[in-house]
Amino acid sequence: MAGPSDVEKAGRQMISIAIKKQLGAFQLDVQFEAPMGVTAIFGRSGSGKTSVVNAVAGLLRPDDGQIIVGDTVLFDRAAKVDLPTQNRRTGYVFQDARLFPHMSVMRNLAYGGTHDAERIIQILGLDSLLDRMPNSLSGGERQRVALGRALMCDPQILLMDEPLAALDAPRKAEILPYIERLRDEVQIPILYVSHDMSEVARLATTIVVIDAGHVVTSGPVGTVLSQPEAVPLLGVRAAGAVIETTVAGRLLDDGLTELSYSGGRIVLPGILGVLGQTVRVRVPAQDVILAKEPPVGISALNVLPVTITRIEHGRGPGVAVGLLAGNDHLLARVTRRSALRMELAVGQQIYAIIKATAVGPEDIGS
Amino acid sequence: MDALGPQEWTAIWLSLRVALVATLASLPVAVWIAYVLARKTFPGRQLLNGLVHLPLVLPPVVTGYLLLVLFGQQGPIGSFLDQTFGISFAFRWTGAALAAGIMAFPLMVRAIRLGFEAVDSGLEDAAATLGASHLRILFTVTLPLVLPGILAGAILGFAKALGEFGATITFVAAIPGQTQTIPTAIYGLLQVPGREPAVLGLVIVSIILAMGALLMSEWLARRMSKRLGGK
Repeated sequence: MAGPSDVEKAGRQMISIAIKKQLGAFQLDVQFEAPMGVTAIFGRSGSGKTSVVNAVAGLLRPDDGQIIVGDTVLFDRAAKVDLPTQNRRTGYVFQDARLFPHMSVMRNLAYGGTHDAERIIQILGLDSLLDRMPNSLSGGERQRVALGRALMCDPQILLMDEPLAALDAPRKAEILPYIERLRDEVQIPILYVSHDMSEVARLATTIVVIDAGHVVTSGPVGTVLSQPEAVPLLGVRAAGAVIETTVAGRLLDDGLTELSYSGGRIVLPGILGVLGQTVRVRVPAQDVILAKEPPVGISALNVLPVTITRIEHGRGPGVAVGLLAGNDHLLARVTRRSALRMELAVGQQIYAIIKATAVGPEDIGS
Repeated sequence: MDALGPQEWTAIWLSLRVALVATLASLPVAVWIAYVLARKTFPGRQLLNGLVHLPLVLPPVVTGYLLLVLFGQQGPIGSFLDQTFGISFAFRWTGAALAAGIMAFPLMVRAIRLGFEAVDSGLEDAAATLGASHLRILFTVTLPLVLPGILAGAILGFAKALGEFGATITFVAAIPGQTQTIPTAIYGLLQVPGREPAVLGLVIVSIILAMGALLMSEWLARRMSKRLGGK
């Protein structure tokens, strides 16, 4: 989770957005601030996510409000500031890449500038693609080129509008590590639009949840995702806490990796990086089973002693249960019937059971 | 081609010159108008659209007559151009080029406009986020992608200009060596008994020119789509 240290690292607020826009019958009224790092704008399709980044890029003019990135006022209705798109220095990676079809990869990359070209080409592994034409690239390669092109114009903010949505799972897995490297190596704030929680959990420092044109919750990813009350806002499938772990050992013979977190150790399938490396793990709330006694004779490998911190009854048959495992927050979703039968109460010491295979490779980031 | 006398050859060369000048001179204007119609919204847009298409729907004789009234020696525009720049259209090959250009104009605009509408404006947005000015976007992204449309418009315009008859004969008549083009020459020859071989020769030349233009546009279009990655 993102503790105070993350906030310090992130420093002051880099992005400050407060905009209103009437789009036909749809009203966009969004307000949030975000620090350095990756800010995920999360919401279902049609919630207004793309309109927000378009407004930052200057492709959509808000009716009212202001947009500030770093020290630059990009838009301020009251002060009559509205920088034209080409002067905003926003690197924009579109969902459909939008590479210029009549230019080689090299010319695409250099179109907006050649800032830090060598390093960006190296980070994104673009060396072997430079002479190719966009139509001959795979979807994943196209997005990497688009990312490089956006970065080489030396942007003061990077906007990414569902850059992985058009890709299949293997292509996503191929690109995510590149984006993680960028996040860690390039010192610019990133606004990342997505409706995929595992992407958000892997990449984002901050999350802004948007529904029907309004911000419903926002804050550090670790905090927001472990709030039981956020479950209905995120959707049952997307809910699940993120815990920071360290690679503690590899159980090579059976293909599992041991990770330590503040309250002990868990095992997950796959080889998840080198010893001592920090790994973010998203534990989907619907895959956590609760037990009052330490279970015996079950197949699940991870049984974590936890304390109940919160019980949130939703409208449906489900109950979101906030848990503290060591210093890390977890989230479980059980049925109302189970919660009643087990007589769950805040402060109780119980056990959370996580099947090792419940955490998919897409839920694990570095 | 013995059937073709010097007068016929003159008509062929004149036709080529008239069609070429008409196409090249009106092409930049057609590209501009097509761009404006495809991309801009402004009051009077429909009026401009109608005006551009007028030569397509008016009887060519009417267009020719209007040209005569406006651009003739006594006409307001004609006399102004003559006195100011020394440019005269009346009964000269330049008048034939003007008539051909006006008649070809709507066809060119239509083809080029389709080209502009086919360009994904998302690419222009992307170029803007990369810091490109409107002018740079136009010349590095939009126009290169519209090139196949511009080419199609130019070929179509050239073919139309080559075959223009009604407006030309009304505006500048068919003076051999001055304003007589292939179509007006064929018409003239048909009025004289025994000139069928010359008519046939001109008809064959017409077919060769039209086919040549078509083949060339096909070849250029294929080369261009190959350059765009061969879709």
